[in-house]
Amino acid sequence: MTTTAVTLPPARYEFGADEFVFVEIDQAMSLEANFKAMAITSALREEGLDGIVDICPSNASYMIRVDPERLHPKELVAELQRLERSQSEVAADRTLRTRVVDVPVLYDDPWTRETVLRFRDRHQDPEATDLEYAARINGFSSVERLTEALSGAPFIVTMLGFVPGLPFSYQMVPRERQIEVPKYVRPRTDTPERSFGYGGAFAVVYPVRGAGGYQLFGIAPAPVFDAEQRLPDFASGVVFPRPGDILRYRAIDTAEYERLRSEVDAGTFRYRIREAEFRPAEFLSDPDGVNRDLLEVLYR
Amino acid sequence: MTELLVHTGGLSTTVQDAGRDGHYAIGMPPSGAMDQYSFRVGNLLVGNSEGAAALEATYIGPRLEFTDTRLVAVTGADTPVTLNGEPADTWRALPVGPGDVLSLSPVTGGARPYVAVSGGIAVPEYLGSRSTYTLTGGGGLDGRKLADGDRLPLGATEVPPASGRPVPEELRPGFPEVTEARTVVGLCSYRFTHGALKSFLGEPWKVTKDADRIGYRMSGWSLDFVPREQPHGAGSGPANVVDLGYPVGSIQVPGGDEPIVLLNDAVTGGGYATIGTVVSVDRDRMAQTKTGDQVSFVSVGLEDALEARRERGERLARVRELLTA
Repeated sequence: MTTTAVTLPPARYEFGADEFVFVEIDQAMSLEANFKAMAITSALREEGLDGIVDICPSNASYMIRVDPERLHPKELVAELQRLERSQSEVAADRTLRTRVVDVPVLYDDPWTRETVLRFRDRHQDPEATDLEYAARINGFSSVERLTEALSGAPFIVTMLGFVPGLPFSYQMVPRERQIEVPKYVRPRTDTPERSFGYGGAFAVVYPVRGAGGYQLFGIAPAPVFDAEQRLPDFASGVVFPRPGDILRYRAIDTAEYERLRSEVDAGTFRYRIREAEFRPAEFLSDPDGVNRDLLEVLYR
Repeated sequence: MTELLVHTGGLSTTVQDAGRDGHYAIGMPPSGAMDQYSFRVGNLLVGNSEGAAALEATYIGPRLEFTDTRLVAVTGADTPVTLNGEPADTWRALPVGPGDVLSLSPVTGGARPYVAVSGGIAVPEYLGSRSTYTLTGGGGLDGRKLADGDRLPLGATEVPPASGRPVPEELRPGFPEVTEARTVVGLCSYRFTHGALKSFLGEPWKVTKDADRIGYRMSGWSLDFVPREQPHGAGSGPANVVDLGYPVGSIQVPGGDEPIVLLNDAVTGGGYATIGTVVSVDRDRMAQTKTGDQVSFVSVGLEDALEARRERGERLARVRELLTA
């Protein structure tokens, strides 16, 4: 097993007008870039600088919202450049406390299929479903082979955003095994709540009904956003996923989907969650071994 | 508790305040009044703190009945206003009592009128703000726009009812034929050809019918991307980038045509290339444009954006001085 070694370019600093600083670690996605974004944003959070409104780690970049009356965006950039130099590589001994979570998904479900068919005019391949298209361009012989690959290895949450609670997740497999699809040519104006989508190299669960540009592959019975905090997993906040969570999008059948939906409706559903120690450096040198261990911890 | 009775809610009227800050990292946009200047002046007129919750209407405002003695002021878009059927001034505090009915007619200039009431709209706070965010149904009145028959709770007020001075014309926003939106070019602007950047900043764009609190879709012409082999993870479309954070005010260009200016209720991140960001104070101007209006994006630097911010602060200080003089 080999992973693609990634050497990161110098970060690129940009002003999102007067209230935002956007920092691109790399134009390409890699776990190295994500780990670096996480490391710099954690270090910044610990500094507790006055004038920082939001710290948003993203996939291969990050963004800071600043109150320019309290902190000049240029001073912030100087500080971020200092942090960039001090977080130059993934430290071998860096350990993250994280959660490994079982996220059930009904692939190829009737609700997203209906939506997919409604928006064919915005798609690269109006003749196929999103699943058929994704299977074909990724060299899978069938839709089933594609969903097996999606369900087969866990994903790490590399960014939250778009709408509250949406987890951008990147599959923890070497680059040559990454599944990749384009976003819709023009975004859809409608997406069912809890749709399981895929765009670029990222899987997501849409928290609420609304617009979306990702290919639609299935639907999750359990929410990632709960405004009323009705479910026990949402006791401490309206969103469930956190950056650094490791999610396994497990394929389920219709019967299990229905059963889990009624648990959600009754307010009794709980995600299967296991705490784990995750060492990015160890993962980068042996992804399949680390994945095996993580899934063993999850289903033990 | 005293209430404001909503006879008619108007086209799309929501409770908004200064915004919900500090939750961007979970994907929660700030929401809040889109034209912060008009909103804040409205509050100053009725003696509220600048960030108190008020009503933001769109195109067609509400009809409201008061149940106690208050001050009310209408600012923002040009909109004929009546009090008990008689024409009344905008940009001025109006004393009202039980049974008085304030009615806003469709706007004649701009897009969004604000109605500030002394004591403020006292809906419960949601994550530190009373602003409505309709996408997930949080904040405001049950997370939605006002409907006919709603009753809005009002906060306690100490202000003696008196009709105040009007805000002079030069301290009100103008609604020019072409709205200038100063923009800091950058973010993923490297994805666009020189010609695309030139046409983006050259001629005005038209506001399409898809223009709301989430964002404004603009139409004009196509913008070409620099050809490249797409980086891993982005997706194969030329507008695709590895998903990243979107600043409020940033302009994304899916498919190369119809740039979308993201506003207060916008998505916080995504995977389409962004060409730049409208400076924060000019989001006030964007908010007062409507379908069919023209907007031209003017390239400015960070220091100009900060200067524009200082200028708005000074204008607000002048309003404050005038009203307390």
